[in-house]
Amino acid sequence: MSAASTTPAPASAPGRESIVRSVLTNPLGLVAALLLLLVIVAAVFAPLIAPFAADDLQIFKINAPPGDGYLLGGDGSGRDIFSRLVYGTQNTLVGALIALSVAAAIGVTAGLFAGYFGGRREVVMSWVADGLMALPALIVLLAFYQSLGSSIHVSMIIFGVMLSPGFYRLTRNLVNGVKHELYVDAARVSGLSDMRIIARHILLVIRAPVIIQVSIVAGISIVIQAGLEFLGLGDPAVPTWGGMLQDAFANMFVVPTAILWPGLAISVTVASFVLLANAIRDRLQQGDRVATAPKIPAPAPHPVGTAPNDAAVLLDVRELVVGYPTKSGWTEVVKGVSLQLRRGEVLGLVGESGSGKTQTAFAILGLLSTGGRILSGSIWFDGRDIANLPESEMQKLRGKRIAYVPQEPMSNLDPAFRIGFQLTEPMVTVLGISKAEAKARALKLLARVGMPDPVRTYNAYPHQISGGMAQRVLIARAISCKPDLLIADEPTTALDVTVQAEVLELMRDLQAEMNMSVVLVTHNFGVVADICHRVSVMRDGRVVETSAVQSLFADPQHDYTKLLLAAVLDDVTPRVYRPVQAKEVSA
Amino acid sequence: MSDVIVDCIGVNTHFGAHHVLKNINLTVRPGETVGLVGESGSGKTTLGRAILGIGPISSGRIVFEGQDIGGVAPRDRKGRAASIQAVFQDPYTSLNPSMTIEDILIEPIVARGQAAKADAAAQVHKLLDQVALPKDAAQRYPREFSGGQRQRIAIARALALSPHLIVCDEPVSALDLSTQARVLDLFVEIQERTGVAYLFVSHDLSVVRHISHRVAVMRGGEIVEFGECDQVTADPQHDYTKRLLLAAPVADPVRQAERRAALRALSRGA
Repeated sequence: MSAASTTPAPASAPGRESIVRSVLTNPLGLVAALLLLLVIVAAVFAPLIAPFAADDLQIFKINAPPGDGYLLGGDGSGRDIFSRLVYGTQNTLVGALIALSVAAAIGVTAGLFAGYFGGRREVVMSWVADGLMALPALIVLLAFYQSLGSSIHVSMIIFGVMLSPGFYRLTRNLVNGVKHELYVDAARVSGLSDMRIIARHILLVIRAPVIIQVSIVAGISIVIQAGLEFLGLGDPAVPTWGGMLQDAFANMFVVPTAILWPGLAISVTVASFVLLANAIRDRLQQGDRVATAPKIPAPAPHPVGTAPNDAAVLLDVRELVVGYPTKSGWTEVVKGVSLQLRRGEVLGLVGESGSGKTQTAFAILGLLSTGGRILSGSIWFDGRDIANLPESEMQKLRGKRIAYVPQEPMSNLDPAFRIGFQLTEPMVTVLGISKAEAKARALKLLARVGMPDPVRTYNAYPHQISGGMAQRVLIARAISCKPDLLIADEPTTALDVTVQAEVLELMRDLQAEMNMSVVLVTHNFGVVADICHRVSVMRDGRVVETSAVQSLFADPQHDYTKLLLAAVLDDVTPRVYRPVQAKEVSA
Repeated sequence: MSDVIVDCIGVNTHFGAHHVLKNINLTVRPGETVGLVGESGSGKTTLGRAILGIGPISSGRIVFEGQDIGGVAPRDRKGRAASIQAVFQDPYTSLNPSMTIEDILIEPIVARGQAAKADAAAQVHKLLDQVALPKDAAQRYPREFSGGQRQRIAIARALALSPHLIVCDEPVSALDLSTQARVLDLFVEIQERTGVAYLFVSHDLSVVRHISHRVAVMRGGEIVEFGECDQVTADPQHDYTKRLLLAAPVADPVRQAERRAALRALSRGA
């Protein structure tokens, strides 16, 4: 019914494993993954790869240039830089793993509980998290180094605690987003305990963003760890990248190139983690949509026929085809629709979801969602073909001559601006009248659409009025520039039935008063019977039947129309209750 | 006792300062559908959630087959009360997107400890069959199904524990017209076969009329009218029910014009 639900579905929904595949098909993701694999292999098989032991020193090779057994030369103590780099990988990754595990274990667990249970627990945990975030990590680490000694592992545990608020906040926000989903309610009704709901339903759904965070935090831990060791807070006996950096820095004037190798190892590893995170994020944000239009040319739109001769015809849509790009080419959502609308007439466009009714309406408005194109056909509006009109031309028509009333009134009002401003602004821009005059008109309009206190509504923000009132405001805005054509997309679907009756009443009165033409998109045959003069029934992108409203209900021609009308529940005989015996009850 | 399966006695609920359920008295008989109709904010969903045990009550009793279940969370419910199930409005968010249909269907059975996972899996085909879905649906994910099919899966999940009562919260509101009719027929067919009772919450009077034996009309947290379906929907006593009835447009231009005039007369009189 909405624009989003009628955009074409992807040809095949990607499975769970395809996230891995699509990250690897992304060139950056692939390079990052390969580099990380290399780093991990080096760490695991260090003794096999390194030609020398980490602390094997040869006095005559102090600060030696590359070659002669030492692939990358010797360091300040005469040890093989390459071998130490390989062993350093192991120690660096172990340090990062410690920080990461501590941060994720504390942060994710606390976030799950705080998010799921909320209340006082969440307040206390958030205070602790905020407090930790406010502490300067490096100074805390230096203080602990003073009291606990030189173990980099202890430092990384403490650093993990310092990093946990990041995981906490992320997880808590994610949990808050999903804990009110209906499947969580269904699980509670099924009798699942809170622990099992958290484990089965919540953790499973929020795992992807947490994995991205893991990748980024891994990079951060490596940088901080190297920084600590560079400052001399590590164990000098253990080969690490940061320690090597420190050694190379001390000998920088003797062998300027030695600083390159640990620096390179740190940069490449950290960059790989961040790039991998980006690749996963891109994949998740992209979802199932095609990021860019496929490289298939849209056929040049060809207008159909010439302007209608009959001046009473305001809108003449001919063989309209609307398509959206997918991986396999253009998918047509409107497949050759023809409609005619006379001045002062209300045309109902009725159909089920996916029938193309909303897309037809948006094509007339020139407001197709991203990627959507009118592939062929023409839209004659008042003697002019407006199909594929440039946006600047279309803007002159929209609002002034063609107006729009949406389905969701609340999401079509900007919460940041007063209603008065949102009503007067289009009048000032489109009609070029003064602000004072626009205000006078807006107040008159608000009174006309049935606002009990126009001045109060004029000064109100959207959240201060009800959904029914908001729809009246949007109708007021739509008619403010006296349009010839009003396009209403399910204008009463989001409203309560008594409010719907009032809004339909208002639309009928305004239509008659202004002799407007209206295209009303709806799925409700009751609304059609209430307000439309003629009806087009749509199915799968095509109009199957167009007739006057009386004959459509009295004598439907197409089988599909008959099927839809048969599904209407208006005249049913109430069911008769037969008491059931208790033994019958158990299924 | 045996002629009433659920008895709500003077149920009140407060959300902060808001009194959202006001002294609700409602009964459901075994094998019966009670329609609960009202507009947004009328409290109909709150009442359904209170009976399910996932919404709070401040006072009053909810008696299910002789057992007071008011304010008792689902996991603490014992005996038959543990089998009370729900079908929710939105079939897109009521099924966990990362679980297979089989896992979704056996969750209530495993959660209640009625069967081990392997034994529960054997029942999946029977459940799918009851809602006319193919066997191969078991290993697939919710996103592979249409809205109507997903709602059938939600119904199958609700049937897993052979409940005596299912609370249905707007279960067909998100569905297309033709799908809606088929899902409603499925509800009726299951009820006639198993004798399950429904509390059927909806804003749509025509849906409620189609499926209900008795109808309760809610407004502002109160039940303003409760009676036999035929009486409430054909000859309503309360002014609000009359307005609700006339406000819903019918798919017949001639009759709709008459109803419009009647509604206008009613609002003018009020």
